[in-house]
Amino acid sequence: MRARVFVTLKPSVFDPQGTTVGEALHTLGYQRVTDVRQGKYFELEIDAPSADDARRIAAEAADRLLANPVIESYRIEIDAAAGAPR
Amino acid sequence: MKFAVVVFPGSNCDHDAYHAAKHVLGQDASLIWHKDTSLGGADAVILPGGFAHGDYLRTGAIARFSPIMAEVTEFAAAGGPVLGICNGFQVLLEAGLLEGAMLRNRSLHFRCEHVHVRVEQSDTPFTLLCQPGQTLRMPIAHGEGNYYAPPDVIARLEVNRQVVFRYSSADGEVTDSVNPNGSVNSIAGICNQSRNVVGLMPHPERACELALGSDDGLVMFESAVAAVTNGGFSKAMDLATEGALRK
Repeated sequence: MRARVFVTLKPSVFDPQGTTVGEALHTLGYQRVTDVRQGKYFELEIDAPSADDARRIAAEAADRLLANPVIESYRIEIDAAAGAPR
Repeated sequence: MKFAVVVFPGSNCDHDAYHAAKHVLGQDASLIWHKDTSLGGADAVILPGGFAHGDYLRTGAIARFSPIMAEVTEFAAAGGPVLGICNGFQVLLEAGLLEGAMLRNRSLHFRCEHVHVRVEQSDTPFTLLCQPGQTLRMPIAHGEGNYYAPPDVIARLEVNRQVVFRYSSADGEVTDSVNPNGSVNSIAGICNQSRNVVGLMPHPERACELALGSDDGLVMFESAVAAVTNGGFSKAMDLATEGALRK
């Protein structure tokens, strides 16, 4: 089972990298791109009996390591069909 | 007294800190590998600068789980003086021994230069011999030193006088133009609530000899010695308050 974990800076936190990427896009002529936020993406292959169980494990991993709760938040998607069959 | 300098894979200022403690100050010092589980009876612990575990994931995020960190946490909880320099500061933040987090520098540039910081608080084991308001000239070398904490945490740090250093001009003026990384309130270093754990982005260990361009950082190590050798931090604080320890 695959968990996709998207880690992003909280809206209240300034993102210098995203801002710079946004400026570069404007230089390329993408004036309609009004904002860019840069984040991290993880794919966890999890040996779990259910989607709920996989989600619980992914959330714990995100809380403890993948995200820093001071500056970041995260979102999890479970793809039960992906990864090695059980 | 004895300094312990923790060595993570990727630390690169460990020998600078060791040199400052051992050769410049003439104190006992030892390098402690991150997989060790004992601080070897040290009186003060230094988490040095560098790129622990390659700065993978986030600066300090992996180092926090090194076996020695359980010992460092216990040492800190018992009131032992702990100093985190640059990457060491980032490790202390990730480990939760200090509050807040680091963002990329506002400019996105890796800043490698000498800066001035104003000493805001002298009642920590690493600023005991400083005068509040005194400026120190020390190098910085970091890409992620943009200190951030939510507004309520910043307010609490300020009320509790936990902001120990602020980026400033040579004469101690704190303005945005001399803030090298965009840190909230120009914060260059903080301490924990019990004041024995201090973290800062500038490198005092690289500013301990005039041959290196500045010896302003030496006072931080001398302060640690004074804090330890005068019957403990609180006793030393009383002596410092009376003016008995002033340089």
